[in-house]
Amino acid sequence: MRQAAPIWIVLLLLTASFTLATALQSRVGDWMGPSDAGGSNLLKAWLGDSRRLFANHFFEKADVYFHSGYYPSIFDARQAPKDTQHMTSKEGSAEDKAHELSMNFLGPPRDWIEGFGRHFMITEHTHLEGGNEREILPWLRISADLDPHRIDTYTVAAFWLRDSLGKPKEAEQFLREGLRNNPASYEIWLELGLLYQENFHSLARARNALELGLRYWQEQEPKKQEPDRIGFEKIVIRLARIEEQDKHLDRAIQYLKMALSASPNPEVIRQQIVELEKAAAASGATNSSGGAGAR
Amino acid sequence: MIQTVLALAGVVIKELYRRKDFYVLFVLTALITLVMGSVSFFHDDKIIRYVKELCLLLIWISALVIAIGTTARQIPAERENRTIFPLLAKPVTRAQVVIGKFAGCWLACGLALVMFYAFFAIVSGSRESHWPVVQLLQAMWLQWVMLAVVVALVLLGSVVFAAPSSNGTICFVVVLGILLLGRYLNQVALREPEPLRTVVYGLYYMIPHLEWYDIREFVVYDHAPIGWVSCGLASLYAAVYAALLLSATWLVFRRKPLNL
Repeated sequence: MRQAAPIWIVLLLLTASFTLATALQSRVGDWMGPSDAGGSNLLKAWLGDSRRLFANHFFEKADVYFHSGYYPSIFDARQAPKDTQHMTSKEGSAEDKAHELSMNFLGPPRDWIEGFGRHFMITEHTHLEGGNEREILPWLRISADLDPHRIDTYTVAAFWLRDSLGKPKEAEQFLREGLRNNPASYEIWLELGLLYQENFHSLARARNALELGLRYWQEQEPKKQEPDRIGFEKIVIRLARIEEQDKHLDRAIQYLKMALSASPNPEVIRQQIVELEKAAAASGATNSSGGAGAR
Repeated sequence: MIQTVLALAGVVIKELYRRKDFYVLFVLTALITLVMGSVSFFHDDKIIRYVKELCLLLIWISALVIAIGTTARQIPAERENRTIFPLLAKPVTRAQVVIGKFAGCWLACGLALVMFYAFFAIVSGSRESHWPVVQLLQAMWLQWVMLAVVVALVLLGSVVFAAPSSNGTICFVVVLGILLLGRYLNQVALREPEPLRTVVYGLYYMIPHLEWYDIREFVVYDHAPIGWVSCGLASLYAAVYAALLLSATWLVFRRKPLNL
């Protein structure tokens, strides 16, 4: 019987070591205690700052999965999606419509080879749905491991976990992990607030998270040339809803007035303020008449 | 003629299952796929597409290694061991040697692909509730058709280049280059000034577009199967390129001295 060539044995051993390492890595993390804010020490030592490049690559990979393979290549890079809002936007929303336009990158075929080749590539723009959104999660997990300071990774993963996959506990754990690495991220506090409000129906915890989010927004964003007004609007509108549900109409009106400056539809907000002021006046009158009757 | 070709092909197929290459590559593919498949993300055991993508990538790499590795050493080994002389004295013509070697390597690749895709189907079917048989058959067929061009290209390389190692390396680089960039050469050409534009566009028309045969994304993302007419035309395109490359191999080989 012929002996196997040494090169094959070495290759087999190398692969066995690699696969064993992937299986053991998560457990080793538990044995060694919490890692620093920069992520896994092993990854940090091995990849250095280049791990952020890999993190971006894996985040993009999640986006490719989200589009079921319909995605511009580096040769179409000018038309590649620049932001990540489309990954969490609802169908028919303004973000969704803008994204639909930006993803029309193929154009007519330039020659017969390209035309025929399109039979063998994905040419239809679709988004994952019906629970298949779970398929983007492995790439987001890896991206977060490589770059724990990339905020989008946490918010996008948490959005799908809580919104479509019915896993609010996992979403909370992932957001908490994001907060350990980025304690002053208003985006993560906002997402956590939404999770508490919509999934756990805990208004008190939602209010706390959103108020912290608002505080961090006010500390960071006004200094910037282009502050994130959409994020600000989301936070204060949510806070207004919570205060309205809690019957704190004066506070709700205050938050809506704050939203006026950032909203693309201030008329709608004004209308809501008027309605809340009427409700506040009515409840004030009821309280005072009820109080007089009691006396 | 056919009997001779089949006899030559049979020897190549026997060589495949006597050597360790296929078994090692299959075990590596299976091991890596199963370990990666056992990883849990967010306690969701229905996530499968990343495993499918990884498994198909390993299948493509393994199939290319088998095709190029097996083909590159066929004619040089016959010359080195001097078995080419009794072979040609049978009598077997040089054209029959070329076709027999091609058929053997291509069929060997087909057998290997059947094993790989059977494993893939079991892994993906164990997690998914459906069995996309048509997509899998199309993916396997197109990959096998693509390997016909690769085998013919490497066979041509084996009568042009001096050593199997240099032939294998060059062919691997060329095939990978076509797979990764072939689709975009026209876009690159349009951004270049003349005369580079014409040169790159000419290259774009000349190369066999192997990237057409890579429909892994259709399998990974559960897209509908591609049309059978497109499948047939692509097979015809590959057959023409394989025939051209085999003819070139024969033209070089028939005048080539067999002494080392």
